[in-house]
Amino acid sequence: MSEFAVEMRDVSKVFGDIVAVDHVSMGIRHNEFFALLGPSGCGKTTSLRMIAGFERPTSGEIYIDGRAMGSTPPFQRNVNTVFQSYALFPHMTVEQNISFGLEMKGVSKAEIARRVSEALELVRLPHMAKRYPKQMSGGQQQRVALARALVNRPKVLLLDEPLGALDAKLRKEMQIELKTLQREVGITFIFVTHDQEEALSMSDRIAVFSKGKVLQIGTPLEIYERPTTRFVADFIGETNFLTGKVTYLDGEFAQLATNGGPTFWGRAMPGVRLGVEATLSVRPEKLQLVEQPDGSPNCYEVTVHSIAYVGSDTRVVVMLGENRVDVWEQNTVSTLDPNYFFKPGERAWLTFKPENALVLAG
Amino acid sequence: MLQVLRERRALRIAGLMAPGGAWLFLFFLIPLLIMAGISFLSRDRLGFPTFPLTLQNYWEIVRDIRFAPSISLEGGLTIRLLEGLYLELFWRSIWLSLLSTLVTLAIAFPVALFMARLPPRYRTLALFLVMIPFWTNFLVRTYALQFMLRSNGPINTLLRTIGLEPIDLLFTPAAVMLGLVYGNLPFMILPLYTSLEKFDWTMIEAANDLGADALRAFHRVMLPLISPGLLAGSILTFVPAIGSYITVELMGGGRTNMIGYAIAQQFSASANWPFGSAMSLLMMIIVTFAAVLYFRSGRGEYRNVI
Repeated sequence: MSEFAVEMRDVSKVFGDIVAVDHVSMGIRHNEFFALLGPSGCGKTTSLRMIAGFERPTSGEIYIDGRAMGSTPPFQRNVNTVFQSYALFPHMTVEQNISFGLEMKGVSKAEIARRVSEALELVRLPHMAKRYPKQMSGGQQQRVALARALVNRPKVLLLDEPLGALDAKLRKEMQIELKTLQREVGITFIFVTHDQEEALSMSDRIAVFSKGKVLQIGTPLEIYERPTTRFVADFIGETNFLTGKVTYLDGEFAQLATNGGPTFWGRAMPGVRLGVEATLSVRPEKLQLVEQPDGSPNCYEVTVHSIAYVGSDTRVVVMLGENRVDVWEQNTVSTLDPNYFFKPGERAWLTFKPENALVLAG
Repeated sequence: MLQVLRERRALRIAGLMAPGGAWLFLFFLIPLLIMAGISFLSRDRLGFPTFPLTLQNYWEIVRDIRFAPSISLEGGLTIRLLEGLYLELFWRSIWLSLLSTLVTLAIAFPVALFMARLPPRYRTLALFLVMIPFWTNFLVRTYALQFMLRSNGPINTLLRTIGLEPIDLLFTPAAVMLGLVYGNLPFMILPLYTSLEKFDWTMIEAANDLGADALRAFHRVMLPLISPGLLAGSILTFVPAIGSYITVELMGGGRTNMIGYAIAQQFSASANWPFGSAMSLLMMIIVTFAAVLYFRSGRGEYRNVI
């Protein structure tokens, strides 16, 4: 058995003069919930379609369970897809939709009946077998699409923005349901999404795509806390950027002199060398505002520009010279006293620990 | 309250239906009933209908059918149980019309498919091109087709120029077939195109993904989903074909007789209105029966598509 359920080795896909996927290599492990994350047009859907067999790579090779796929057509691959539009067959009942794959494989009538009712149980729609897709809600159709794919017991399930068409509340519910389902069936899920929160909350690992390239592959924690590029830091969650030059290196840490004057310390990320242009990235929730300097090397006086109370947090915008910095302070104290919060125009000290900030090359 | 609303809705529907309904009543139902009435009348010396009432016209057709089992090898193997002039006429009409429908379908399908796959801005142009022939009178177009097939027409001239023997093209069953296919092609292309244009090609990917090869994806998913266009196109082709008159006259020269042409002759040359009416009515019954069977065969499959 191969180490990977799916492996892409140096895969590229060119449409006309557009490079949709640009030398992508990645290995997706068995039983992993793996997200392909990126803005639209970044190559994530094309990658998924190549794994499914709907598109053939221009160069490179895709392996499924250790076997090179070459030009193997979709109907001979041990993968199934949940389409963004669900693509349920409108002229067939739920039951007929789910049986379709098994019929194509020549599974016996009795076995089909058994597995279809099992699949309907799994997605909690046992009473809907005789319905037609158009008689069902979006969420129910979504679950039929899942059942139709899972009933074939594929090696890998491919999901193309499966929650994109659902409203926010249903989306949240389905996220949890999908994750539970994946653990239950023990099948590798490859999940395409442009929603970073969805990717973070559901995946074991995430591949972040931009302009046809994979920028970083890692666990949600790694992707959020240790982005290796400015794009990833920016795309996942919120962050503050301060640009400057690297003036000092000390082990894992680097000192950055910003163009405005102040210098900061942060974790030196790959590619950071003395004298190069670099960006300090620090997330708003990792910053504190204090009334007195606290002795941290990253402590500077700022002016409060505006504040927004959002319940769990207070979101403060401060000006550090010319730079605008977002600070999210968690409201850990239950108070009705308005003087507890900073006010626009007030002076304060902005501080953070070097290990909570990153110095990124470029 | 609900009752009032329901009544008002019924009234509105009745209002919308009135002009079309009146039109159909006056110019379709009444003439049809008159024709049905005439079919039970006798003919006078000039061929016009007159009393007394009679079943003679229908008897004429039925009486002609004889039980005469035969096997012949002339023009391929033919096994017959019955024979009769009118039976053969009906049979040939149905058979030629079915064949022309199939040929039309075989030509129209790739065209409609191509059109539906064009980028949207070219589709309107393609539709326009399909409809251009309608701007010229059908009779004129049929004459043009006749001209092409003549013994000294362009095709035979070409054959002679390259040193081949000219062939008899005009006034053959093949010429009638050509005329029928040519005339009915747009009526097959347009409904097919409408169905194909609406067709969601992700369905084919979904079928492939679930293990269906191209043929099975077509049969199990595409065919049922485009069947409304397929059925509409087939009916729109078959019905005019079986009743065609101009094409049979100009392309077949009366040698390949079809029922529509035979009926027309009863109202002109043969001067026997009651007999022509009886033939018309019989043909209508047969065609309606065939259409109902055809629709029912496909009903379960496409009921949930529309």
